[in-house]
Amino acid sequence: MTDTVAWRGWLLDPAPASRRQARLGRWYRAWMAFRRNGLAMTGLGVVLALVFMASVAPLIADPALANLQVLEDRLQPWSAAHWFGTDELGRDILVRILFGARITLTIVALVSLIVVPVGLGIGLPAGYFGGWIDAVLMRITDIFLSFPRLVLALAFAAALGPGIENAVIAISLTTWPPYARLARAETLTRRRAEFIEAAELQGASHLRIILTQIVPLCLPSVIIRLTLDMAGIILTAAGLGFLGLGAQPPAAEWGAMVSSGRQVLLDQWWVATIPGIAIFVTSLGFNLLGDGLRDVADSRSA
Amino acid sequence: MILLEHVTVSYGSGAGRIKAASDVSFEVAEGEAFGLVGESGSGKSTVLRAIAGLIPHAEGRVTLDGREMQGHRTRAARKLVQMVFQDPYGSLHPNQTVDQTLSMPVAIHHLRDTDRRVTAALQEVGLGREHRYRYPHQLSGGQRQRVAIARALILEPRILLLDEPTSALDVSVQAEILNLLARLRRDHRLTVLMVSHDLAVIAHLCERIAVMAHGAVIETTTADALASGKVTHPYTRQLLRSNRGFDRSGAEIVDVVS
Amino acid sequence: MSEAPLLRVRNLRVTYPGDEGDFVAVRGISFALGRERLGIVGESGSGKSTTGRAIMGLVAEPGRVEADEMRLGESDLLRLDERGFRRLRGKRVAMILQDPKYSLDPVMRVGHQIAETHRCHFQSGAKAAQAAALEMLAAVHIRDPERVYALYPHQVSGGMGQRVMIAMMLIAGPDLLIADEPTSALDVTVQHQVLAIMDDLVRRRGMGLILISHNLHLVSAFCDRVLVMYAGRVVETCTASRLAEARHPYTRGLLASLPELGRRRTELPQLQRDPAWAAP
Repeated sequence: MTDTVAWRGWLLDPAPASRRQARLGRWYRAWMAFRRNGLAMTGLGVVLALVFMASVAPLIADPALANLQVLEDRLQPWSAAHWFGTDELGRDILVRILFGARITLTIVALVSLIVVPVGLGIGLPAGYFGGWIDAVLMRITDIFLSFPRLVLALAFAAALGPGIENAVIAISLTTWPPYARLARAETLTRRRAEFIEAAELQGASHLRIILTQIVPLCLPSVIIRLTLDMAGIILTAAGLGFLGLGAQPPAAEWGAMVSSGRQVLLDQWWVATIPGIAIFVTSLGFNLLGDGLRDVADSRSA
Repeated sequence: MILLEHVTVSYGSGAGRIKAASDVSFEVAEGEAFGLVGESGSGKSTVLRAIAGLIPHAEGRVTLDGREMQGHRTRAARKLVQMVFQDPYGSLHPNQTVDQTLSMPVAIHHLRDTDRRVTAALQEVGLGREHRYRYPHQLSGGQRQRVAIARALILEPRILLLDEPTSALDVSVQAEILNLLARLRRDHRLTVLMVSHDLAVIAHLCERIAVMAHGAVIETTTADALASGKVTHPYTRQLLRSNRGFDRSGAEIVDVVS
Repeated sequence: MSEAPLLRVRNLRVTYPGDEGDFVAVRGISFALGRERLGIVGESGSGKSTTGRAIMGLVAEPGRVEADEMRLGESDLLRLDERGFRRLRGKRVAMILQDPKYSLDPVMRVGHQIAETHRCHFQSGAKAAQAAALEMLAAVHIRDPERVYALYPHQVSGGMGQRVMIAMMLIAGPDLLIADEPTSALDVTVQHQVLAIMDDLVRRRGMGLILISHNLHLVSAFCDRVLVMYAGRVVETCTASRLAEARHPYTRGLLASLPELGRRRTELPQLQRDPAWAAP
């Protein structure tokens, strides 16, 4: 007990003695603010559960089970042996949900890793330098932005061929424009701030200013936007899967599961509905998390 | 030390072109404290920024320490002149600790012994070790301004520019900061150029003072002349009158036309 | 003065609950105001603005306002809910803030905003409200009221913006005007103009005025009485003209630390804060 109290005291020390202590203290205060928000904690819980499920899946169930077709047992409702029932090929739905989580997470993680640097890389210089650089970069952004996301993703996926990697690329290509816009807007707001002038005055190069001064200011809103966007990304991935352009059968991708459950929707509704619920809950979880993060960020900047 | 010749700064183009500063020329000797006073829109801050090298498109000539300054300053030239800004919160990066803020200029100029320099700078402005790793929002206005002053001095400049350094501070803190600036000026033999709208503050720190209005210098005088009211230009007289405080009997209400 | 005071405040406390304990912004201050000019002077954190807001009922949740007595004329301010305050604001007590840029609705013409205030309190028709607004704009010495009526806030400069604010706040004829740093964002010459207008109107209408500011000299020159606040308490009350004879060390320290044009000193005396002043 005294240990936690000591830790807390160290983190909340008003006179930190090192950079690390100062930074950790800041994170801890933000965490305390976040913790107060019940819905946000729920969202965080859902996301953590997803990550947990995905990482633990191969440990609690043999991967082969996800594709094990036991045709006599097909389209069974829930039972002791199959908690969520079986699908049209007799595969256990619960196990497929678990492994589907891995695919969903992979797609989400990869898309995030691509979209954030690309969005910052285009939006930041556009806002910082202005002029023709801004014009050119923003017109490129506008072009990508003018296409409806799913249609463009479809086109890319169809052109590149099916498969998860191509789905990731297709989704990334259609998701990055709003982040560029956001990064540009944040940069424009801060561009004339006095601390930027002070940095110029000291002789900082443009690169140093962008990396050390502006990126830390843009990052929070970009990350929050990303969490709120997760729902859309998951749904797009599910949509692509639904249309057969994402993960290929027999991979247990949630969208594909919904698609293949369509035919038996009326009688064996769980085959399509349960993966649908998984998609819904995950999207909602990310949404709540994003809202919570935004509240914390707003209160800190207020 | 500072020589301005026909410095003009314009913004916009065509019909909307405005001159923030027009044909400003004056000279400041080494070790002197020179004040620029005027109301908002007089161009005083613009002139200061032009000297600092923050306005690359400024016309005219700025010569510092005998060297003519180009629009885009070199890194070496940056070491010569530093500035303390008006808003103590806006001039410090909100996500950087005091330590990071002070370490950056040292790193930019590839100077060694960062730790010694940062500690020395903090000590000079009256801050302690307990302030070193705080974020700006954990500091009071006066403390933030001290950090800004420390940052300006850590590169050991010869010229210090002050843009209304105490306007955003509480009255009781103002005296501390003014005393600090006076002391630092003496100790480091700095040439100081200060901008303010407050005549009393300027006259306290500066010997010679230029009055600006609408982008031009309308009179150059001394603190003593101001104190005794021996000024020539009517605008300066008006400034002096206003500075004396609100006078109910003397106040005539003037109709305004927009 | 034999008439009943316009505003009576006794033992006002404003508390803001927080994670790390309650923060008491105003700690038991008392004063009475007649039809005179009262100045409340203090630095940031002194509680002067919070006092003004408490009188107007503008202390937002979760802040708490408590007092033994807080009365505007016959109205008991402690018992008012939001609706009650809304009826009071504009009609009985009005407030002018520091920057008209933030206090005026940016998408509505200034004249309309003034007229709206009139309609709100008097249920007047559009024409009558417009006439009243124009009259008010003339009363704050704006030479061409019709032209200014049609302007948007961003087209109106600092000093003129404050005149518009004054017009808007005084159109419903309140008894008490609270001005919170009304001239801090203005140039010195413009400051005096705006103050002169406020002075003129307040005197002619027999209103009471509370001027909240950080500028000691300004307040002492403009007001009849001065209250000096520090850390939520009133540390000094005096007649404005006798400010130089102030007794409390905070006030004396503050006065001494101000740079003066005629007096050259190598070092300004710094205010030494005594923790006893902020003691609970």
